[in-house]
Amino acid sequence: MSKQIEIKDLDIYYGSFRAVEGVSMLIEPRTVTALIGPSGCGKSTVLRSLNRMHEVIPGAYVDGSVMMDGQDIYGAGVDPVNVRRQVGMVFQRANPFPTMSIKENVLAGVRLNNQRISRKDADDLAERALRGANLWEEVKDRLDLPGSGLSGGQQQRLCIARAIAVQPEVILMDEPCSALDPISTLAIEDLIAELKNEYTVVIVTHNMQQAARVSDRTGFFNIAGTGKPGKLIEYNDTEIIFSNPEKDDTQNYVSGRFG
Amino acid sequence: MSNTTVKPEQGSKLSLRAGKLPKGATWMVAIGSIIVAIVLGMLMTGGFNIPLIALLAGVLNFIVLYAWSRTVEGKRKATDRVATTLVTSSFVIALIPLISLLWMTLVRGGPVILESPTVLSRTMEGMKGIYDQDYVAGEGELLGGFYHSIIGTVLITLAACIISIPIGVFTAIYLVEYAGRNTLGKAITFLVDVMTGIPSIVAGLFAFALFGTFLTLVDPGGIGSAKMGISAAVALSVLMVPIVVRNTEEILRLVPMDLREATYALGVPKWKTIVRIVLPTAISGILSGITIAIARVIGETAPIMVTAGFARNLNWDLFGGWMSTLPTFIYDSQMRPTSPGVAAAASSDRAWAAALVLIVLVMVLNLIARLLAKYLAPKGAR
Repeated sequence: MSKQIEIKDLDIYYGSFRAVEGVSMLIEPRTVTALIGPSGCGKSTVLRSLNRMHEVIPGAYVDGSVMMDGQDIYGAGVDPVNVRRQVGMVFQRANPFPTMSIKENVLAGVRLNNQRISRKDADDLAERALRGANLWEEVKDRLDLPGSGLSGGQQQRLCIARAIAVQPEVILMDEPCSALDPISTLAIEDLIAELKNEYTVVIVTHNMQQAARVSDRTGFFNIAGTGKPGKLIEYNDTEIIFSNPEKDDTQNYVSGRFG
Repeated sequence: MSNTTVKPEQGSKLSLRAGKLPKGATWMVAIGSIIVAIVLGMLMTGGFNIPLIALLAGVLNFIVLYAWSRTVEGKRKATDRVATTLVTSSFVIALIPLISLLWMTLVRGGPVILESPTVLSRTMEGMKGIYDQDYVAGEGELLGGFYHSIIGTVLITLAACIISIPIGVFTAIYLVEYAGRNTLGKAITFLVDVMTGIPSIVAGLFAFALFGTFLTLVDPGGIGSAKMGISAAVALSVLMVPIVVRNTEEILRLVPMDLREATYALGVPKWKTIVRIVLPTAISGILSGITIAIARVIGETAPIMVTAGFARNLNWDLFGGWMSTLPTFIYDSQMRPTSPGVAAAASSDRAWAAALVLIVLVMVLNLIARLLAKYLAPKGAR
């Protein structure tokens, strides 16, 4: 259960503003792909376009295609809700549902999607998802307490558990560690390495060491200036990007000379 | 090197210390000012003139506190104390009318209810001036009551809630979740703003005219039968809807976008996100908004007078016949006492008791809303 994603000539607009221009990349199943680049270069926008989450902002639309195992997610008659059921997402800020307990948070995707689930199956699913997110041992005794009572790192892993509980094909992560301490970051990075065995993972990060540590392939985005669209400068194996990139811009960025 | 430390002079640039008034100085000055003001006031007028004493105490307190603080603590802290005193006195002044109103109602209405609890269970049906004259003369108990008005208030307000809460909450959901910045959304927001400013009697006339128009279609002479509980409820709804919309809208806008995105990312449709995530997160705020709206309309008099009239008897039927509510009962008792002359005091007693019941009703409502809000609020948030 994981899918190949092929982005072809993708332009993304917010109203009349072209945020991203001409992105093409092939993301293989069961890999971790990191998107790096300076702030405002459109990497988060590209990530969100992979499950049509950018459409939450009124006036957003795309030109081009995103094929998931050969199916265009922007094709006619495609329901974004169905796309999002297959492409899960973890956000920069942990956002557990404040009205729900830890367990209810994990099961939220299933319950809210009207799937009837027996008590035993629910318990099993919650345990599996929490184990998958390396959180089970820490919360198994307080599953019925509110999710918002956990620490920041635990909340983020709870959100990951919530995302994998609906058994998606792809998991998108938008700077999942930017608000976390190094220990929690390590926990999440270990988790990403495990998730790779089952899912296609795409991660946006500002932390280049993190990109180097967790990803198989890396895409570097940049913008020419404020108000200009972001572009994919280089997309290659992570090792090459960080050791011997083809473009000077990439070299400058990963070596810390700008951005 | 000697190890003597330099001890900076107080007030010099090196010192972190500063002069400070003794603990409780504010209270000491306040109490002292009040005592001096009482003495001064008595000397000046020879009597106990409360407004004059309060004014004197306030001015004295200001001057003494500022002067003392200025000499001991310096300009910055003196200014701070003046600002604190200003804010506190404004608060006290704002409380005066509220507390005196509550006190007055309690003093005038409380004994009536305690001595003649039957006012709560009787109506004005068959009430005659002669009974009130007997009561005032001390030859009989206080007859009559406002049970019919309590029932009328509850029924009409309940009907108004049933009409306006769904409309108000759904409008707010549309505005926040669906309208974005489109023309319809802007138009609704504008109209809601306009509705907030409608004088309540106009709302009453509107409701009466509405039902009157419909009823004359059926029966050309039937405009009088438009005076009924449901017209009053519609009038109150006109006043309630904008308040509910405004309050709910503000609360819904406070629900973080993060939460909506989190549910969308799980593949949950928009309507379900609203029903299962947004509304539960905001429910306590929505409830208190609704309570404010109810408290606002439950005491309305004018729209009830023109729509439901003044009933003297108990009427459970919202769809037929005049009804009485507590505010119209109070108005009617004061303006048209059952008995003229001295015995009008009996009507006045009943009016004060009704006012007390109305205030208690609003307070109980507020309390219930607070408890509900506390019970339903998201738990564990830090």
